[in-house]
Amino acid sequence: MTANPLVLTQDVISAEIDQARRAYAEELKEGAEPRPHPARGYRPYRSSVARHPRQPLVVVGDPDAVELSGPVFGVTDITDLDSDLTRQHLGEPLGERMQVTGRVADRDGRPVRGQLVEIWQANSAGRYAHQRDQHPAPLDPHFTGVGRCLTDDQGRYTFTTIKPGPYPWRNHLNAWRPAHIHFSLFGTAFTQRLVTQMYFPGDPLFEYDPILQSVTDEAARSRLVATYDHSLSSPEWALGYRWDIVLDGPAATWIEEGR
Amino acid sequence: MTFLPTPSQTVGPFYGYALPFTGGGNIAPAGEPGTITVHGQVFDGAGAPVPDALLEFWQPAPDGSRTGAPGSLRRDAVTGAVVGRTGVEFTGFGRVATDADGRYVLRTLPPGGVPYISVCVFARGLLHHLFTRAYLPHLTDPATEPLLRSLPEHRRATLLAVREREGVHRFDVRLQDDGVHEETVFLAFE
Repeated sequence: MTANPLVLTQDVISAEIDQARRAYAEELKEGAEPRPHPARGYRPYRSSVARHPRQPLVVVGDPDAVELSGPVFGVTDITDLDSDLTRQHLGEPLGERMQVTGRVADRDGRPVRGQLVEIWQANSAGRYAHQRDQHPAPLDPHFTGVGRCLTDDQGRYTFTTIKPGPYPWRNHLNAWRPAHIHFSLFGTAFTQRLVTQMYFPGDPLFEYDPILQSVTDEAARSRLVATYDHSLSSPEWALGYRWDIVLDGPAATWIEEGR
Repeated sequence: MTFLPTPSQTVGPFYGYALPFTGGGNIAPAGEPGTITVHGQVFDGAGAPVPDALLEFWQPAPDGSRTGAPGSLRRDAVTGAVVGRTGVEFTGFGRVATDADGRYVLRTLPPGGVPYISVCVFARGLLHHLFTRAYLPHLTDPATEPLLRSLPEHRRATLLAVREREGVHRFDVRLQDDGVHEETVFLAFE
């Protein structure tokens, strides 16, 4: 069978991923600073092409910038059930029960205390409770796949959930996302805002996925992968994963901020 | 010891049950005199509206306080449903998902001490969020505002909301130049 040039294949995407990786390696060799975040324009992820600015970001050096402070959340913003995604319906969701826990810190290593962590994910069959998800995998009436919690006084979060399944998407022919949980995090400053995705160790889909591979720095990419931690697994109950998070971006000093 | 940042990843298309909440754009207490409306559309590089963007807003209270207040996502302890802000504290935080036409509407009080509302943009296709500022024209003197002064006229204009009528301002976000309209100025903080 001859290849249809109009169909975007994994081979084309994989070649572009490889090209971006080699270009990054060249940049490093020429003395560029490592880049922990993805470039906003990353062609293998086709949706990024028309949705990223072409002009450089304008650097704000203003120490009075409003963005150096940020929103706060409290006990009224969550309920006790929000951190257990397996208890939000009348019955139990299907799948591999798991817990994920970790510490949220700022780039100086200080714990981010009392801040909001929000997660969302597909069910164990790889389907989101979202009407635009057309993947013909079963919906689970006992799973919405949404959670939130506040970090404790050491910056820790914990969620109980089920392991999400991988799922197909339409970036290219035969595109599959590795299993992942979406995370949204707040620091003490709006500049520290982070939305990201946590992946599971050993997933064979990593190398094919343009979203994970958009982080061209290998060490940075590995920081998106949780660790299986047997000491966090609960007998007869759930598997345990650890995933620590470090928020980038400046914040007002603690003395100025007083919180 | 160095603490290396966790990389950003796109918010994707399926955050719907997780992030937006009823009343997310109503930072101002209902009926509060002096409430302003800031609204607009998010566009991509083809000039098409972006129907799956999520905008977050952060601003000082009218008295200039930047401490914010909890309760933006306040929940009913019985049902878990969002019950809205108390209307007493000013939380300073808003969150709105764009509609099918790429539109958002924010109702808030004027920020104290600065002439702008801080904006953070998330979207499917955007691997790392973008910061910008919506400067309110009736509060802004472009000649004295350091960020605006540093920009050429055509770039500066993208940060200035446009007054439509008393208390109503339009602020569009253009993720990329579409050949007709200037791309919005996006910000980095160091």
